[in-house]
Amino acid sequence: MNAVAAFAAGLVFGLGLILSGMSDPGKVKGFLDLAGPWDPSLAFVMVGAIAVAFFAFRAKPLPMTRDAIDVPLVAGSIVFGVGWGLSGFCPGPAMVALGAGYDKAFVFVLAMLAGMLAHRLLAQTPPRASQE
Amino acid sequence: MTIDWAHFTPWTSLAGGVLIGLAAAMLLLLSGRIAGVSGIVGGLLAGRRGDLAWRVAFVLGLLLAPAAWKLAFKHHELSRIDAGFGVILIAGLLVGIGTSYSSGCTSGHGVCGLSRLSPRSLVATLCFMGAGIVTVFVARHVL
Repeated sequence: MNAVAAFAAGLVFGLGLILSGMSDPGKVKGFLDLAGPWDPSLAFVMVGAIAVAFFAFRAKPLPMTRDAIDVPLVAGSIVFGVGWGLSGFCPGPAMVALGAGYDKAFVFVLAMLAGMLAHRLLAQTPPRASQE
Repeated sequence: MTIDWAHFTPWTSLAGGVLIGLAAAMLLLLSGRIAGVSGIVGGLLAGRRGDLAWRVAFVLGLLLAPAAWKLAFKHHELSRIDAGFGVILIAGLLVGIGTSYSSGCTSGHGVCGLSRLSPRSLVATLCFMGAGIVTVFVARHVL
């Protein structure tokens, strides 16, 4: 049951990424490129997603497991943002593009998994997943 | 600043966002999980017993979304990837390491975290958006 729900959620999530334009790195870069001809479309993705998810989290709040605003949070987010800007891929869209058969998405996902594995090996205690 | 009206798609982007929000709501209400892709994928590497099936199922859903999309709407160019293989490789590494240290990505912090009013996620979202904007600026207008 859990797996069926998770599969359905993943499918709807992926369709949302495609419909919104998030799965297109060209569109992502157009959104991040404030100095070029700027395409603000992807701001609407966040608005639509939060407008729905906000009420779900009101209906079923989960405990906040961490509240520290620390170096790993800030530095990690900046490193992620550089990778996002270089490629136009963040994790969800990369999985979708992999499913669509793009060879560059395959390379990206392999490298991403290697990066995650490197963190597991470097970090002394494997951190608990909370917000990802 | 000039707006790229030719590529501006507010309605499909908003509708896609609503689908993403619905998916996050489904996963939360039915499975009690947060729809953060980097965490779901990263958790596959941890390989904890009893914690794998839902992660595999969610990722399968993501992977099969393009096939479902193409069935419904015929052929469609889903991704324009202008970066070369070398840049893609480096970017993938950075995204994997960065999201691991920050415990989240665009979906976990940017959608779910902001939806639950997490200050950590607000900081994370401002940091990765800012870094993405600076990176594209340097790559397109400085180098």
